[in-house]
Amino acid sequence: MTHTTQLPDRQPARVRNGTPHTAPPPTRQRRRPSSQQWAAWGFLAPVTLYLILFYAYPLYRNIDLSLRHYTVRSFVQGDAPFTGPANYLTVFQDPTFAPALLHTALFTAVCLAFQYAIGLALAVFFNQHFRLSTTLRALFLVPWLLPLIVSASTWSWMLNSDSGIVNAALHAVGIGPVSWLTSPTWSLVSVITANIWIGVPFNLVVLHSGLQSIPTSLYEAAALDGANAWQRFWHLTFPLLRPVSAITLLLGLVYTLKVFDIIWIMTRGGPADSSTTLATWSYQLGFGNAMPAFGPGAAVGNLLVVTALVFGLIYVKVQRKQQAP
Amino acid sequence: MTATLTSRPRRGPSHWWKTALGTALTAAMLFPVYWMLNVSFTRDQAMRKSPPDLFPVRGTLDGYRRVLDEQLPYLATSLVIGLATVVLTVALAAPAGYALAKLRPRGGGILSFVLLAAQMIPGIIMAMGFYAIYLSLGMLQSVPGLIIADSTLAVPFAVLIFTAFMSGLPRELIQAATMDGAGALRTFWSVVLPMSRNAVVTVSLFTFLWSWSDFLFAGTLVSGGAHEPITLGIYHYIGNNNQEWNAIMATAVVASVPATVILVLAQRYVAAGVTAGAVKD
Repeated sequence: MTHTTQLPDRQPARVRNGTPHTAPPPTRQRRRPSSQQWAAWGFLAPVTLYLILFYAYPLYRNIDLSLRHYTVRSFVQGDAPFTGPANYLTVFQDPTFAPALLHTALFTAVCLAFQYAIGLALAVFFNQHFRLSTTLRALFLVPWLLPLIVSASTWSWMLNSDSGIVNAALHAVGIGPVSWLTSPTWSLVSVITANIWIGVPFNLVVLHSGLQSIPTSLYEAAALDGANAWQRFWHLTFPLLRPVSAITLLLGLVYTLKVFDIIWIMTRGGPADSSTTLATWSYQLGFGNAMPAFGPGAAVGNLLVVTALVFGLIYVKVQRKQQAP
Repeated sequence: MTATLTSRPRRGPSHWWKTALGTALTAAMLFPVYWMLNVSFTRDQAMRKSPPDLFPVRGTLDGYRRVLDEQLPYLATSLVIGLATVVLTVALAAPAGYALAKLRPRGGGILSFVLLAAQMIPGIIMAMGFYAIYLSLGMLQSVPGLIIADSTLAVPFAVLIFTAFMSGLPRELIQAATMDGAGALRTFWSVVLPMSRNAVVTVSLFTFLWSWSDFLFAGTLVSGGAHEPITLGIYHYIGNNNQEWNAIMATAVVASVPATVILVLAQRYVAAGVTAGAVKD
């Protein structure tokens, strides 16, 4: 899973400098020289071709998959009959659909809420300068940098019912063993916990960089006016951080929607679909069975694309709005 | 002089508890990492002990011996795939970033938007599309195929980073190069690219890390092939022997080495990459 972001970076710079950063008016040359246009598209040609071949075409193949009735044989021979929306209807009527949708919503909402809250609290804490604050903040990045299979397998063993450290700790305080990964009640909680652990560093780093753009003079003024720490946070930090928060949450949303590895490695969506999300269900349909159902798998995947793109567009819109003064 | 002396103590003894709290929070956050290390040194007999040992007392290196015996080919494959993905990504993204930042191509805005949207596509969709394509091309279980697929994790991000960085390069420099008679390609190769070293480093680090960590593409496109990356090495371990967790965790520790090295040696690039666009310094 990759978290990348484009922060509204111009804005913090503007605030930091105190004076409105007057960007030089776009000195559009009267006419774009055509030789430069040729050069520009010469440089862009490889990536454009790449986008068409390795993004657009797989996406097209995926839509095509979802509109045909595929079997393993017709998959190889490429003569699957066109069935229109049949795969989508199959998916909607599948008893797994409603739980998968609910789990996706729950997983995304709970992960986002905790990642953001914990990330913000830590960002505020580490924004104070104390000895080792920079080093400790850097160490917080570790969970985010580790390969997901490493994090997922470590959590699997920690949450093991018989020999896991979590149940051992619970036992020490008198709580009986919990079947974290093997009971339908707890499997979703378990994967959510692991995913929150992975996502906190991203929120911490982005929100911390947002905090640094808030001028300290504002805090000093507020302190002089007698505002206590909580008031300063609630009336100053939080409102001023709103643009960065919006970007962080929206990006987090898009990335959490497509989380696959961590759930698949820890529970495979089970037991009894209790931790199945749209992403793992799609994989399950396409690759997880002896009898692959590529059509319905692709259909579920496309639903996920549409959802991600809707929120992605909102993200782009918010970002544009923030960059325009 | 007195002013500095009076303002110093604010950082000093009155704030020691913040360092203590920060250390405690970091320790709690990194506990799973510690646990991975601890289990990797635990003996088979002590693995199912209840409660588990908190420290690897009378530990063993058996897990790491298993890694050396069984996982080296996987690690080598991952290394090759990671490096090749980096080369491919930089080769595609750096020229594109230059064009978008400095040459103002017609339609550049649309291309940037497409790149941004491309980042939002769930990996499972790409995996299924690639699977369908590679199946008909007979490219399943091939390393070059996986390299191409892995590069899709990084290319849009890389173009954004290069664009942001190269926008900050002084226009005069490029103009001077043009005055001296350098063509567009020469300007890019001898002026722009050397000056963009930081962006190249950031992009390379993240690309390597993502391709090294990739599990989804590996699992769908090269599973069962002659060359599998380390993520599949670990996955097969988990699937095959549920008992020897010291070997699993030892492999996990080894698989975490690149992330650790990068964090120690190139921390500022990492932070820069997370908050992309802040690379200019």
